[in-house]
Amino acid sequence: MSDDYNLRGKTAVVGVGETTYYKHGQSSDPEFVLVLKAILAACEDAGINPKEIDGFCSYSNDRNDPPRLANALGLPELRYSNMQWTSGGGGAAAAVQNAAGAITAGSADVVVAYRGLAQGQFGRFGRSGGSRPVSGGAAYTLPYGMMSAAQMYAMRTTRFMHEHGVGRNAMRSIAMACYHHAQNNPRAVMNGRTLDAETYDASRWITEPYRLFDCCLENDGAAAMIITRSDRAMDLPKVPALVLGAQQSGGHRSGATAENATDYVTSSFKPAAKYLYEQAGVTPQDIDVVQSYENFTGGVVMSLIEHGLCTYENADEVLTFENLRADGGNLPLNTSGGNLAECYMHGLGLQVEAVRQVRGESCNQVPDVKVALANAGPMVAVASTAIYGTQEALG
Amino acid sequence: MNKSTSEPHLPGLRQPAPATDGLDVPFWEGTRAHELRVQRCSNCKVHQWGPEWMCHACNSMELDWVNIDPVGRIYSWQRPHHPVHRALTDRGPYIIVLVELPQADNIRMVGNLLGDPLQEIEIGAPVSVIFEDHDDGDPGFTLVQWEVTSAS
Repeated sequence: MSDDYNLRGKTAVVGVGETTYYKHGQSSDPEFVLVLKAILAACEDAGINPKEIDGFCSYSNDRNDPPRLANALGLPELRYSNMQWTSGGGGAAAAVQNAAGAITAGSADVVVAYRGLAQGQFGRFGRSGGSRPVSGGAAYTLPYGMMSAAQMYAMRTTRFMHEHGVGRNAMRSIAMACYHHAQNNPRAVMNGRTLDAETYDASRWITEPYRLFDCCLENDGAAAMIITRSDRAMDLPKVPALVLGAQQSGGHRSGATAENATDYVTSSFKPAAKYLYEQAGVTPQDIDVVQSYENFTGGVVMSLIEHGLCTYENADEVLTFENLRADGGNLPLNTSGGNLAECYMHGLGLQVEAVRQVRGESCNQVPDVKVALANAGPMVAVASTAIYGTQEALG
Repeated sequence: MNKSTSEPHLPGLRQPAPATDGLDVPFWEGTRAHELRVQRCSNCKVHQWGPEWMCHACNSMELDWVNIDPVGRIYSWQRPHHPVHRALTDRGPYIIVLVELPQADNIRMVGNLLGDPLQEIEIGAPVSVIFEDHDDGDPGFTLVQWEVTSAS
């Protein structure tokens, strides 16, 4: 691949910002205000004047549109805005990809990747209501009591466990690692709430095969990341997290209705992985720490396999609680607590945590991180994944 | 004669309506007639589900609706316990199955597995359709439900 057609190292995340993370319904700020606060926090972290922002990227039909944001912030120029279409939070890394692409193309200089979500103000993902008729794809599922996010992805996990004979131990370990990491993270909604194996095993079914602790949280909050050119990043106060690679990932008919994706037993990362590593110039063995989007733990198992970080054969041995911990594990996972225990900010918090690991600023810092991977949205029609690194990782 | 019931398995949920652009009208008309109709390309003969305006295999826009045998085998399943809609409060667990239809290029359909909600579920088990009539719907409609095919 020619360097002219490669994101590798051309841009960097130079600032990250998050609001307080709330349990759903507990934010007193409107969703739009949460987004503005996250953007200001990211600018302060970056040492960049908010007026320098000239582009916005988001995903999942974020309600807080760039023209309104630019208006509120008083931006002199809005040169670029972008929405990535997917279901769920599969676009978190795609927003970074699109920001990096826009900057690399010269379309903008300072781009914000952001997501605001106030489930208390706009309806919960884990709850469905209404009485009006449904049509289209939902007509083939909703009248059968299949309507929540957990229900939309449970049967992929059932089939995965059936075909590969792995799952429960790994799923439990993933949940425990997330809660373990949240205990050192003061931002985490589940800070102060520990999870042991007995509690996991005794927790109620949401929908078999998912127990309560297999499922992400529902929260209010916002997160933002500032991306700019790498040469500029070198002059800013924080250690730049270079965007080594980022990809979107949808497969053959992955958006087919009524569960008709051609490859059903997948986290949706098979198409992206080869492009991601090739672009980033690294291999799975180079990944020092992983943030892997947990809508549901079963999807994480598939994601890690499809990113080449373990195999169908050894997943049960690799994905143990001891191994997934920042303190001593070989495959440190979701070191902020992730969507299960820090906050479900539709996965952007996981991208933020990858940046913190590259900077050396995490609450659960893994020693000597050079390369960090953060993915988004397993099992959705289009997922996305990104690799960040230090200057040293560029070689 | 295909099997049917007038007893709703999950009463009170939102009812299906044909797509406003007309795409799947033949399917919902078919269920009312207790027939299972799916798309098949008139050019390359591949079966397609969910419905779309174009054949995903050959990109022909000439798609037929054909009746297929209302049988399949369980491809995957889940058993929801947590009520996600007010109509499911106190309903207790129920079973959602994903059924593969080998006679139609292995397209898949979602429905409920009728019978004991706590029954053991075997992936690969043969299942057959029970058309669930909701004559009191507005308008009336019919869902496609499944039961394990008896050995006899």
